[in-house]
Amino acid sequence: MRSDRGQSAPLSLKIAAACGLLFLHLPILLIFVYAFTTEEKSFVWPPPGLTTQWFAVTWNRPDVWEALSLSVRVAAISTAIALILGTLCSAAVSRTKFFGRETISLLVILPIALPGIITGIALRSAFSLAEIPFSFWTIVLGHATFCVVVVYNNAVARFRRTSGSMIEASMDLGADGFQTFRHVVLPNIATALLAGGMLAFALSFDEVIVTTFTAGQQQTVPIWMLEELIRPRQRPVTNVVAMVVVLVTLLPILFAYYLTRDGDQIAGSGK
Amino acid sequence: MPRATAPAILPGSGGMRGALSDLFWRRPQLLLLLMLLPPVLWLGIVYIGSLFALLAQSFFSIDEYSGLINRQFTLKTYGDLLQAANLDIILRTVTMAALVTLASAIVAFPIAYYAARYARGRWKALFYLGVMLPLWSSYLVKIYAWKLILAKEGILTWLLAKLHLLWLLDAWLSLPVVGGNSLSVSFTGTFIVFVYVWLPFMILPVQAALERVPGNLVEASSDLGASPGQTFRNVLFPLALPGIVAGSIFTFSLTLGDYIIPQIIGTSRLFIGQAVYSQQGTAGNIPLAAAFTVVPIVIMGFYLWGAKRMGAFDAL
Repeated sequence: MRSDRGQSAPLSLKIAAACGLLFLHLPILLIFVYAFTTEEKSFVWPPPGLTTQWFAVTWNRPDVWEALSLSVRVAAISTAIALILGTLCSAAVSRTKFFGRETISLLVILPIALPGIITGIALRSAFSLAEIPFSFWTIVLGHATFCVVVVYNNAVARFRRTSGSMIEASMDLGADGFQTFRHVVLPNIATALLAGGMLAFALSFDEVIVTTFTAGQQQTVPIWMLEELIRPRQRPVTNVVAMVVVLVTLLPILFAYYLTRDGDQIAGSGK
Repeated sequence: MPRATAPAILPGSGGMRGALSDLFWRRPQLLLLLMLLPPVLWLGIVYIGSLFALLAQSFFSIDEYSGLINRQFTLKTYGDLLQAANLDIILRTVTMAALVTLASAIVAFPIAYYAARYARGRWKALFYLGVMLPLWSSYLVKIYAWKLILAKEGILTWLLAKLHLLWLLDAWLSLPVVGGNSLSVSFTGTFIVFVYVWLPFMILPVQAALERVPGNLVEASSDLGASPGQTFRNVLFPLALPGIVAGSIFTFSLTLGDYIIPQIIGTSRLFIGQAVYSQQGTAGNIPLAAAFTVVPIVIMGFYLWGAKRMGAFDAL
């Protein structure tokens, strides 16, 4: 007898699961309320009044714009590099078995499997040994390294579901390798790459630990926020930036989910 | 089939492109090599190279008087790790990581179990997004949200006051070690935020493991007279264990390395990550910072080795 269909869960399980989900979401929702509070100095709850004036204040802060611009540029370049490296790696790993294949997949995963601080300090000590000064590119170097895995995971999952016979058929019909890639392989993996790219962008946009070690004096948005958390200047501005950051990262994630929802995993990220 | 024995129906495209395409067809290893070269070079040089640079520095030492780094092979820095203050940091971090892992597993299980066994269709998608969105939301924003919640004048104090439970909070805060001035400057606060931030990393693998448990196994257990508790202990838990171990790799490793959460929500007593950060930054003692990072690497090495033996990698 099959009875697991339509069967409902015990009440205690329902409550526990619902509490768990609330625990995950309420703190983030709280940020939205705080972005509108009239209280300037403390974290007092409930907010004594609501206002939208902090949005205007934030809009006129040049340091916020500079951090945002740096974050977007770093994330864009890192994502581009990760897309190239991740696609090449996943194509190689998924199409053939070769000596050292396991090692290569481990190599790709390692930058996020080990704590971020290790990646960060390793890069920093390498820069100092090689006497490379901190710049835009040192940040990109770190970000691209751990973004590869996101693209790789998405692309590998898609390659596994793409049947090899389509490629053979294309070759049999006379297409050369480049034509096959352009007309058969690429359209098949395009949405997975797009999803991987969006997640890589979100990951880079949010990264703080590695960045603190590779950024020198420059501030990305997370570094700006960290600075505000340690030495607050204008709390309401931090509230507004926090809310905007939530909204900005939410969209790529929802979009990536939409693109890969048919069975692919978009998991595979860590700090 | 090799090209030589089966002539192409269409003539191959000529020129450079055709020649290259033919070459790759005949020598797939060459294509493979070309595809692997860029990512392996990047990761090998940038990442593994840096790790070795770091490892090498942990065998240097710092001259205590001049503050200069002495580039001569020595184990002195590792000896410094064994000082009481440093051992204390390591012990504190490992304890915290273990507690966070345990708590994450307990909180994650009902969510994962409900999502794996009862959620269907749209609910399933909702559960999935419900875990993915917090996972991918900004790490600092999440910590900031908890700063708002745990602050002395924040929402939690307000809530407890409404429930007339402030005495409970005060009693807890007056405890040694876990207590403090307010929740936002105590180990309790650090613990809560760690659990919150890493929880999705536990839910996903546990859910994946539970999804592979056939529902009729649970029914068979209750048909044979087992209580829900017995079914959980003897059927569900053993089958979910690889998933829990897989999740614990993340929660444990991430807690070992994090320095931002204890810095923003925590006491002045350091964790490994903070020690690394301050040694390399303000103290300028890169060798000691490097030796400190070797600790989580070694612990995670053993952990991963153990996890692999338990089959946790299949649940990832």
